[in-house]
Amino acid sequence: MKQVLEFEKPLVKTSEELDELRRRNNVKPSEKIALQIAELEKKFHRLQDEIYSHLTPWQRVQIARHTQRPYMLDYAKLCFEDFMELHGDRHIGDDNAMPGGFATIDGRRVMLIGQQKGRDTKENLLRNFGSAHPEGYRKALRLMRMAEKFSLPVIAMIDTPGAFPGIGAEERNIAEAIAFNLREMMTIRTPMVSVVIGEGGSGGALGIGVTDRVLMLENAYYSVISPEGCAAILWKDRKHAPEAAEALKLSAQHLMELNIIDGIIPEPAGGAHHDHTAAAQYLKAGLQTALDELASQSPKQLLAKRYNKFRAFGQFTEAA
Amino acid sequence: MGIFNKRSVADLGEKKKDMPEGLWIKCPSCGESLYEQALAKNLRVCTHCQHHFTLSAEERIALLADEGSFEEIDAKLDSVNPLGFKDYLGKVKAYQAKTGLTEAVLTGRAKIEGLPVLLAIMDFRFLGASMGSVVGEKITRAIEMATKEKCAVIVFSASGGARMHEGILSLMQMAKTSGALARQSEARLPYISVLTHPTTGGVTASFATLGDIILAEPKCMIGFAGPRVVKETTHSDLPPGFQTAEFMMEHGLVDTIVPRSEMRNTLGRLLRYLLPNRAAA
Repeated sequence: MKQVLEFEKPLVKTSEELDELRRRNNVKPSEKIALQIAELEKKFHRLQDEIYSHLTPWQRVQIARHTQRPYMLDYAKLCFEDFMELHGDRHIGDDNAMPGGFATIDGRRVMLIGQQKGRDTKENLLRNFGSAHPEGYRKALRLMRMAEKFSLPVIAMIDTPGAFPGIGAEERNIAEAIAFNLREMMTIRTPMVSVVIGEGGSGGALGIGVTDRVLMLENAYYSVISPEGCAAILWKDRKHAPEAAEALKLSAQHLMELNIIDGIIPEPAGGAHHDHTAAAQYLKAGLQTALDELASQSPKQLLAKRYNKFRAFGQFTEAA
Repeated sequence: MGIFNKRSVADLGEKKKDMPEGLWIKCPSCGESLYEQALAKNLRVCTHCQHHFTLSAEERIALLADEGSFEEIDAKLDSVNPLGFKDYLGKVKAYQAKTGLTEAVLTGRAKIEGLPVLLAIMDFRFLGASMGSVVGEKITRAIEMATKEKCAVIVFSASGGARMHEGILSLMQMAKTSGALARQSEARLPYISVLTHPTTGGVTASFATLGDIILAEPKCMIGFAGPRVVKETTHSDLPPGFQTAEFMMEHGLVDTIVPRSEMRNTLGRLLRYLLPNRAAA
């Protein structure tokens, strides 16, 4: 079942009308139909421009959560060759919400980690809707340390509604698992790039996001709290999520203005779910540029810059 | 951060309206009526059930630091409204007026049993001690100063989590404070984290759980997600004592639970183990 977003419905309707006219034109070609098709095509492109060039933050959140959006393992196939998954945190278990392993991008060997969501109930049971447990964060750190040991750059793909707020997660100290990653990532002596490919849900996203370059896909979001959670607190009603999305400044454009991220990776018209191959090409180009920029820097330079990058975040006044 | 946002400015403090003003306080844990002066004398710990009442940052400093040793640093940092979030600065000003603090953390140099430390104390009365740019910056500067001056840093945490009103900037304070702790750790200098009621969200998921030593006050609530969120997500009953200090010690997070009356002495003993050369000097 194809998921159609509310604001895309006029487009889908027009596209269906076009299909019908084309079908009729194929059966019995006529000049009249051909003219109608041309008119409708114009309308379609005009609609596309109107809708996609004025996306609100809340519409982008919906695109970021679209079930046909490419996920981490889709990009592992589309942007990389030879992805070799490595499992387990070596203590408790393996977290399928946070796959990771070796991969090769245009001949360059890297360590790839990230959160993975599922598209249907069965997959989501396995992937826990992209919400990792402590084991996921500890596995991610194990792989990052291994990358450091063998001089491989790290690429982290962020796509999570948040770390999992469950009983077992709390018992096994999910907060400590994230905190430990934040501290340790500041000391890993290899180039690291993260990219928010869909949802950047709070601490669960940041837990693999302390990197030299932080990129975002055009329609991804990155936020301290979900728009629904923010709305529940501010308006006592989750229905106000669209206003909350606006207030939180969570879109890639806003985060670029706040100097939180280093670059925005474009998506095909209407979002990555419309064309996985094109989305992957853009992402691949963005990752290669980032890796090229970091390749010439010594580990010492990387660590100093990484520290200063995160050290600078925050706005305040200080009276003399 | 949901559960702690219900408190309004008007509810600050623990005085109940049906009691004669300033004289009696009802213990929220055992319900006993306690004489205010007796409670203050007992370090604001219930004389019946040992419930630890919330302390203000100043009260805590008075309990911990050698007399007259505390010198506040970075007192002039004030919040701005980076996202243009509705009513945010009005809220900050209201809490400043109510608490006499400029922000939710007080930082400074102090001596504990004669040993120099950098001290950061979060005050839950100030917007649920949520962490925005100022809180993150003050804690980071305290840690960096400890690294520079080669001494220990001690943080008393209490927090509803990252401060929603500053959005992503609040989230980034988690990385910033943790980064400073990486340097303190690489310099082989101690960090003692003390968890007090309640420590949750982005503070738990950053500096609060990174201590070389993690202490907790008895029965304080420690968690990543609030208990209501956990219950709603998992659709199951929470285990007894879930997210208490005792529960977290049993699950390996907390080194030891320290009653308020023993806190200063415990910190002194720990510092002598962690900085033996400094202690001998």
